[in-house]
Amino acid sequence: MANYYTETPELKYHLRHPLMKRIVELKERDYADKDKFDYAPQNLEDAMDNYDRVLDIVGEICGEIIGPNAEGVDHDGPKCENGRVTYAPGTSVNLDATRKAGLMGMAMPRRFGGLNFPIVPYIMAADMVSSADAGFENLWGLQDCAETLYEFGNEDQKQRFLTRVCAGETMSMDLTEPDAGSDLQSVMLKATYSEADGSWLLNGVKRFITNGDADIHLVLARSEEGTKDGRGLSMFIYDKRQGGVDVRRIENKMGIKGSPTCELVYKNAHAELCGDRKLGLIKYVMALMNGARLGIAAQGVGISQAAYNEALAYARDRKQFGKAIIEFPAVADMLSTIKAKLDASRALLYETARFVDVYKALDDISKERKLTPEERQEQKKYAKLADAFTPLAKGMGSEFANQNTYDCIQIHGGSGFMKEYKCERIYRDARITSIYEGTTQLQTVAAIRYVTSGAYAAKIAEYDQQPVAPELDIFKNKLKDMADKTQMAVNQVNESKSQEFHDLVARRLYEMTAYTVMGYLILHDATEEPEMFGVSARNFIRYAEAEVEKHMTFIRKFQEESLADYRKA
Amino acid sequence: MGYKIIVLAKQVPDTRNVGPDAMTPEGTVNRAALPAVFNPEDLNALEQALRIKDAHPGSTITMITMGLPKATDVLREGLFRGVDNTVLLTDRALGGADTLATSYTLAQGIKKVGDYDIILCGRQAIDGDTAQVGPQVAEKLGLTQITYTEEIIKIEGKTITAKRHIDGGVETVEAPLPLVVTVNGSAAPCRTRNAKLTMKFKKAKPAPEIAALTDDGEKAFYAARPYLTITQWGAADIDADPAQIGKAGSPTNVKAVKSIVFTAKESKSFTASDEDIDNLMAELIGSNTIG
Repeated sequence: MANYYTETPELKYHLRHPLMKRIVELKERDYADKDKFDYAPQNLEDAMDNYDRVLDIVGEICGEIIGPNAEGVDHDGPKCENGRVTYAPGTSVNLDATRKAGLMGMAMPRRFGGLNFPIVPYIMAADMVSSADAGFENLWGLQDCAETLYEFGNEDQKQRFLTRVCAGETMSMDLTEPDAGSDLQSVMLKATYSEADGSWLLNGVKRFITNGDADIHLVLARSEEGTKDGRGLSMFIYDKRQGGVDVRRIENKMGIKGSPTCELVYKNAHAELCGDRKLGLIKYVMALMNGARLGIAAQGVGISQAAYNEALAYARDRKQFGKAIIEFPAVADMLSTIKAKLDASRALLYETARFVDVYKALDDISKERKLTPEERQEQKKYAKLADAFTPLAKGMGSEFANQNTYDCIQIHGGSGFMKEYKCERIYRDARITSIYEGTTQLQTVAAIRYVTSGAYAAKIAEYDQQPVAPELDIFKNKLKDMADKTQMAVNQVNESKSQEFHDLVARRLYEMTAYTVMGYLILHDATEEPEMFGVSARNFIRYAEAEVEKHMTFIRKFQEESLADYRKA
Repeated sequence: MGYKIIVLAKQVPDTRNVGPDAMTPEGTVNRAALPAVFNPEDLNALEQALRIKDAHPGSTITMITMGLPKATDVLREGLFRGVDNTVLLTDRALGGADTLATSYTLAQGIKKVGDYDIILCGRQAIDGDTAQVGPQVAEKLGLTQITYTEEIIKIEGKTITAKRHIDGGVETVEAPLPLVVTVNGSAAPCRTRNAKLTMKFKKAKPAPEIAALTDDGEKAFYAARPYLTITQWGAADIDADPAQIGKAGSPTNVKAVKSIVFTAKESKSFTASDEDIDNLMAELIGSNTIG
């Protein structure tokens, strides 16, 4: 039986990370549920065994159901009739399987029917689902929204809605509008409180809403009349059972075709406020987006895994000039670079997921009791790391997914351009990952202050303290050199008075930083598991070294008067 | 209305991946060389049982397996998917059973469970491939049987409607409860394990293993969680006649086992002319292939 979990031993490796001990004890509150719920773990070993077993179930569903259905789902797509969406038949089968396996609400507390899993194993599931069918990840992964409802909803709302999500109902986050994409401050969907109905009423249009016909929606709307910026926006919960929201049409997309992207029309749709007024964008959506970004980072890594699997199988199988094409260095270069980027972006993904886990668990505990000063410090430290690493993981994970699927088709040659091979679908599916939930350019904006402030540099210095296997010393020296060059470039940019120069080269500084961070992470993995990661670490660091050099050359030689050339493009 | 369902399941060597050492010189299956798995068609039967349970809340599923203590793996797999009760029939005296002794033993086990409406099992097991055990259990219990079932369409009151596989098609039949249903491999595949149930039941053990625990913490753990106890019965527990179980109750004797290598010769082509057909007939009769 095909099983993505057993076929990807890298996942088990990342699951075994030493920080998991702390994550699990925080998430399980020292195993307080052990006698309250029959499926709660008794101790760390028991919890880890639970994650392992459940990920094995996810792997099996991916291998036996979601993966085999992907082509049909891509072909059939969802349909929209009379304001309602019908999924492709394969999508319904996938949803039924994940529901019956109890894989909805994985990270939710047990009292709502969830599995109370940390982010790390949840993201591993997302990694596999994305590898099987990136479009289906969009539906299944929207359980992320439950996290926001859990963080900011009141107890009554949690009881009513989270139990439904854990039982298998789907969610959507309704943010984008025709004139409010990257700039969500311009959201115009109107929320007015009706004394007569004793309820908020939503009116307007939303666009590009993934799974827009979901059972439960989180909606960003303007509750403060006359306001124009983000401070007039609040977050609402719309329950489909109430009625009032119709799907006007679904988009005809390039990729992730199984996931319905909807235009929604709200006509006096009854909704309830989630959290406090005016905090919709500035607090709740920011939290929602960070969670979603980690999900997209996982989607990128999963797609890279699929690209690698397809490319490797083809390169071994295809013979030209009397031998398998994998024997040719030009092909082997592409293939090993795909693998190196896959392993490096996955290392970054799980490093980030661990940071998110620690701070979120402490955040949650702080609602039950006062944190100790040590815990407060720990919370602050990991919150900052999570905030700094999420845009790195999302941006690089999605860019690598695009590069890897491109090379995957290249390895397939002319066959890759044909519909018969899986690689053309994953190539199309990858394209959106570097756009939605904040483009790579916006990930750069989110990350750049940590670049210029030295926050990443401090973490890199910490990584540099970790011992590496003696045979990898030469690669550690390369990383030191990369870190120095990045710092020099940062200094040069910091010294410049031109904001335009800052903005122009921000992406390059971001990438230099990301390459260095990923290099250290994969070097550490290669020290721990040389068989699994040795080749990838060496290949990645050689590749990253050249990329850093390239960006440094650009920045170092840049004359500020050249800025004018870019204005005319 | 809920139904009482019994599912018969067998742990079998995975004969789908047979190597050269699959059989012992004595003509029995070399279990050490093949991984033990849930008999595939019993999984199809389990899915039908789970669907009945989904459609008729209050239904319960009891899974029975006969085998070595290791066969509890199959019972746990059942629990992970929604089985409510499990019974392991294990005893040295039950070893070496052919289909006759197996069906007798299972029938005795079913009688001991007592109350049931529907007994489901796979059409056949991939180790013996006899397809005899299901029908024999029905005979021994004096029950109606539907064999080669593709799908249980509905159950209303005491009547079941099912689609069964026949040569060249399917037929829809109705039958009264209680009965035995054997399920074909072409029926719906079994659902995967459920996350919560897997975490809940992963430590389920047969009663004697729990009784033998020495660690106080572990003893208390199992005492507080009776659902983790798998019922285990031996020959005496099911009131079995020693002459009808195990080797003693098995008239089947393996005379010899041969390793057959298929040696297909090159193909021959014939035209549709009378002459060619006459020649072919003469050759087939001459080689005693027909006639």
